[in-house]
Parts: sequence; C-alpha cells; structure tokens
Amino acid sequence: MHRTHVSCTVNGDQVDFLCADSTSLLDVLRDELGLTGAKEGCGTGDCGACTILVDGRVNCSCLMFAPEAQGRDLTTVEGMASAEGLHPLQQTFLEGAALQCGVCTPGFLVAAKALLDTNEDPTETEIRYALAGNLCRCTGYDKIVRSVQEAAARMKGT
Amino acid sequence: MKYAAPTTVSGVQALLADNPGARVFAGATDLIPQMRAGRPEPSVMIDLKRIDRLMSVNHVDGCWIVGAAVPTSELTRNAGFTAAHPAVSEGAGLIGSDQIQNRCSLGGNLCNASPAADSVPALIASQAAAVIATAEGERTVAVSEVVTGPGETSLADDEFVIEFRIDDPPPHTGDAYLRMIPRSEMDIAVVGAAVRLTAEGDSVSEARVVLGAVAPTAVRVPDAEAALVGSAIAPKIGDDVIAAVAAAASAACAPINDKRGTIQYRTRVAGVLAKRATLTAAERARNGA
Repeated sequence: MHRTHVSCTVNGDQVDFLCADSTSLLDVLRDELGLTGAKEGCGTGDCGACTILVDGRVNCSCLMFAPEAQGRDLTTVEGMASAEGLHPLQQTFLEGAALQCGVCTPGFLVAAKALLDTNEDPTETEIRYALAGNLCRCTGYDKIVRSVQEAAARMKGT
Repeated sequence: MKYAAPTTVSGVQALLADNPGARVFAGATDLIPQMRAGRPEPSVMIDLKRIDRLMSVNHVDGCWIVGAAVPTSELTRNAGFTAAHPAVSEGAGLIGSDQIQNRCSLGGNLCNASPAADSVPALIASQAAAVIATAEGERTVAVSEVVTGPGETSLADDEFVIEFRIDDPPPHTGDAYLRMIPRSEMDIAVVGAAVRLTAEGDSVSEARVVLGAVAPTAVRVPDAEAALVGSAIAPKIGDDVIAAVAAAASAACAPINDKRGTIQYRTRVAGVLAKRATLTAAERARNGA
C-alpha cells in the first residue's frame, strides 16, 4: 500500500512518520506516535476532544488528513507540561475539579492554552466562546471556566 | 484515496484533468464528515492550502481579494477587512467553533452549497464575485450565480474557486448579517439575514436584502429592497418601511421543516432577522464615512 512520508514538529521535537493518505492526523498521533491525549469523540469536528494546535492555532485533528501536517508545528496536550511541572491550566483543572470522566479534558486544556496565549485576561464570556468548540457532558462547564480564570490570574501574577 | 498538495493553480488543474472523481478542499470540515457518513471517497483529495494565491488576503485598487482557501479566522482577525465588510466578517465568524474557523474557508462554505451557509448571504449582499479556475483559464461570476440548489453548484467538475473579489462599498454604506440558531453557539442557521444599505443624503439609494436557510439557495428579497430604496434612512427608517421589509422577507421564504425549525417558525423569524439586520445596517450606514 502507498504510504506518504511526513515530517513535522510535535511538541518541539522533529518527527517523521509514514501514513496512508486517508488517515486522520488524530489516528497518527494516537496510533503511530503514541500520543493518546487527544481523543476521538465525534469524528466530525463537533466535540473538540481531538483539539491540538497547528502552527499555534486550535484545530480538530480528526478533521485533518495526516499528510497535511507536512512542515507544520503541532502541539498536543502532552506538550503542555514542562520539566518544572504542570502547566498552570493543568494545575488549576486538578485543583478545581474541572473534570470528571476526563475524555474531553485534553481538548479543553489545549483550547484554553490557545486562548491564554493570545489573551492573558479573558472575560468569562470570552472564555465561554473560546471553549464553545469543546463539549463536556460531565461538569456543566462552570468548573472549567473557573479553572481557566484561575490559571489566567496565576499566569499574570508570575 | 490519495492526497495531493500542489503549489500552483495549474497544478490543481492538471490533477483534476487526470483524476476523475478528484475533489479540491481547504478545511474539509464538511467533506470529511460526509466521507465518514458513507459518501463515496474522492479519488484524490487536492489540498488547496499550499497555493499562495488561494491563501492570501489583499486590498488592491479598491477591492478586497480573498483567497478561496483562507481560513475564515483570518478574515475575522483582519481589522481592515472587517471594517470594510462587516457582514461578511460576521458571517465568517459564525461558522462552527474556533477549531473550525481555523480550517474552513469562504470557498468551501460557498461550494459545499448548503442553503444555511453563513458567509453566503453577506457575500451576495456585498456583490462579491468569485474568480473560478476553468480548464481553459479563469472566469469571474457573481457569487449569487454559484449555488444552484442544496449541494449543487454551477461549477463544472474540473472547475474550482480561486478567490473572491469584493469591491469597497460606496460611501455611506452599512451592512450586517444576523443568524438564528437554537443555541448560543455552534449550530447551523435556522435563518440567516444579510442587509446592505447605501445612503444618499437622508434616504436609501441602494439596498440588498438576502436570506439564508429559508430556501434551497440563499435568496434575494426584491420586494424588501424596493421598499427600502427611496425611503428615509436618517434620522431613522420609518416603521412602515421596516414592517414592509419584514413582511417581504417572510413572503420570500420557501423553507423546509427539520429538527432545528418548522416552516412556520423559519418564515416568521426571517422577517424578524431581516428587520434587525436592516436597523443595524442603517445605523452603520449613518455612522460610516
């Protein structure tokens, strides 16, 4: 079977992989690269559980053909923590119990990071709109929004 | 299915000529779900995002030129474009989530040919033209000529949209796009309404009223436009004129029943949205340069 060679950056590391052209980027991340943080919820771009950053912007990795990643800079939830510890969003999600089953959480974390990367002091409305592409069926969203607010406050304070 | 990412328009044309059943795409935010739902796979998926011309936004000689594959988030972020064409920017900013808007394009929104496409009524109201690559070269048509029915366009199998050309509006022009959905975000239009008004002195000299999601294609409402032209716009549009716009909009509807809205509901809401979009467009026309 024909396989396409793709070179890209994933969480700062140069990565090469081979894929069938119809494979989604999400399947490559999970099955080839072992990055199982991003999840397939709906597979149609409605739920946001597969959210990653592509060149710094949120995308549904289930809606990308894997060969589209050629030359792109990808960030997944696995790239958020550093040697010093968890990203402030990960920490406030834990402290604020902003998750129950956790399937949506990697997508929320990446989408929230994208928001705080461009807007260090978002209003609640801005947070809710920025996270509108991510569905959570457990929390009712309130604890997620509060945790993003808390992370924003801590990141501004540092 | 194969994937190809040519870097030139002629490269796309060659792939389309050589591969029956090939499809062009930008975001594929509709195409991939359609494929997963069981539609036949294209023979080749031709990615348009590596072609500079299709990914550029430029303002040249009084005309905004928007590449067909530009993610709509680039338009909503573009202050100059949004100031010149707020209705198009508003429509582009209502398509799905941030995740979707970083992928989806005006070209895809148009050629997917959904009656509910959010950017299309405003493009028509703004008298936008689409530059189309053909087997022989290029042709330019009004955006209103592209969609012929749900999922159907006037483009031949080997044609695709390269870019949109949207002339700067005349002085004292304002426009607006409004959409009704059952929730506050992330849904498909039950009704969409775009209105563009140009003022000359204290009266309306030009009007375009376009509805989405209430007929097989986006539709202009000539009776609403006729009610507006010649009527006062400053200090305000008369209540009788607004009522005529709403009535004409409702009368222009030929919608379907679906889970998002009934025929009766869509017909009624079309009048309400046409009225509100008219009031916003008028305010912008009065305040504009």
